[in-house]
Amino acid sequence: MPITEADVEKVAQLAHLEITPAELKLFAPQMADIVAYVEQLNALDTGQVEPALGGLTPEGEATDSARDDTIAASLGQKKALAEAPDAAAGHFRVPKVL
Amino acid sequence: MSAKKNDIEGLRGRISSGETTARAVVEASHDAAENLNASLNAFLEIDKGAPNRAEAVDKEGALAGIPIAIKDNICVEGMQTSCGSIILGNYHPPYNATVIERLLTAGAVVMGKTNCDEFAMGSSNENSAFGPVRNPWDTTRVPGGSSGGSAAAVAAGIVPVALGSDTGGSVRLPASFCGVFGLKPTYGRNSRYGLVAFGSSLDQVGIFARTTRDVAEVLSVIAGRDSHDATTADVAVPNYKSELSRDIKGARLGLPRSLFGEGLDPEVRASVEAAVNIYRDLGAETVEVELPNAQYSIAVYYIIATAEAASNLARFDGVRYGFRAEEAPALRQMYRKTREEGFGPEVKRRIMLGTYVLSAGYYDAYYAKAQQVRALIRKDFRKAFESCDAIITPTSPTPAFALGEKVDNPLAMYLNDIYTVTANLAGIPGLSVPCGLSSNRLPIGFQLLGPNWSEPTLFKLAQAYETARPFTERPPIFAE
Repeated sequence: MPITEADVEKVAQLAHLEITPAELKLFAPQMADIVAYVEQLNALDTGQVEPALGGLTPEGEATDSARDDTIAASLGQKKALAEAPDAAAGHFRVPKVL
Repeated sequence: MSAKKNDIEGLRGRISSGETTARAVVEASHDAAENLNASLNAFLEIDKGAPNRAEAVDKEGALAGIPIAIKDNICVEGMQTSCGSIILGNYHPPYNATVIERLLTAGAVVMGKTNCDEFAMGSSNENSAFGPVRNPWDTTRVPGGSSGGSAAAVAAGIVPVALGSDTGGSVRLPASFCGVFGLKPTYGRNSRYGLVAFGSSLDQVGIFARTTRDVAEVLSVIAGRDSHDATTADVAVPNYKSELSRDIKGARLGLPRSLFGEGLDPEVRASVEAAVNIYRDLGAETVEVELPNAQYSIAVYYIIATAEAASNLARFDGVRYGFRAEEAPALRQMYRKTREEGFGPEVKRRIMLGTYVLSAGYYDAYYAKAQQVRALIRKDFRKAFESCDAIITPTSPTPAFALGEKVDNPLAMYLNDIYTVTANLAGIPGLSVPCGLSSNRLPIGFQLLGPNWSEPTLFKLAQAYETARPFTERPPIFAE
């Protein structure tokens, strides 16, 4: 399935990227090359193979990561908002939604 | 100043004997970074306050007064974390990564943040929004990526040790290009809390140093379970330094002949084969091993890593931190413009590839298939390690290439990682060891791969080689 400019435009939309016409011309053939390269996997018969899920080792799988559900100190409003491009009245402020 | 004196043990000895002070050591590191950064562009931030902090460190700590450089995708409170990207830019995280907390507790002094490929995506460090790092061995060449600034800082003698992150080879490849040691630990060995996520099933914090011993020392400090990172494993942390002097007689070294074939630079091949012969002289046995699915590793990697990146980088939207595009009167438009202006081309390519392979109708053909082949690669390694203690390969098919040489061909760039990505897919540890210079004086490295939690074996093997063939060459750009 060769990737077309229309495919790239569609994924850019899904990924919230407003790419330019020049970028589209650049990315479409590059992505087509990469996708053609990864499609070499189709040559392998993996019908009976259980997929790997995540990167954990058996010891990592066996590690119990649950903790008690207790209240602990958090960043706090002031610190959490300190790096925001636009904050007001204890909130993150964004452009209008509708 | 000799290399010996500038390793952790040498520096600590000189501080505790009164020959120098922690402040003077950190000041020298700070000044070297200031002086060499115009040539190397290895640092995105050099902290003026570091020498002052050196006066307050715990003098008994394992790393008391040792200056350390940190890749700019690991959070250090009070410093920037840009990830080499416009979209984070001058972001100052309000907390320390767990690995940083542990370094500080041991008395280390973070002296600066190092340049890297944007969001750790790259093999040459040319994808940084703040310009490429230059290789201290030849400033017309790349240092390797993505942790190129950390590798260059250690190679140029600015710091004895530095941290990077390794998702597909981002510590080992630049270590090899710059002539230093570089470790990617077992998945789950180190906490990633405070490491900006790229490929969550692949990412590990790694270590650069000029000696095996220093890599081991730093791993002993940062490794272990962390309740802030559920992927850290409950596995005891050994005293890695005590493993170093062990005899390697009878150790079984696996040779995957298929990885010494086409595309391997003849000088790299000769250098790695010479290293294998040194190991034989030291009493190790060599056995041929097969990794039949290793040839698929780049294809598997660029499906899994881009899919995970597309998810992880969805959080950068101009709302809570970092850059926000101007003149976007509606929310959705603001997201799109912010991401368009904030991300560089390689990051956009990978986000779109990841979005493509995860999109409706394609998931099984790409992502599910890649996870199946990943399972086969893991099985290959399990089988190979039944007949050997560690596997030896080149770290990179070539020495450092020229700046600009591969920037227009992303696929050719991806193929640099052919020897390193398998370790991330399998979760196993890998250590790059410098083993010589090419005819035009560029470093060459070999890579040791071992089973899960075999870092002690890798250190023992690396130390044996280092003792037999110490890498004493220094690049033309080196701090005096």
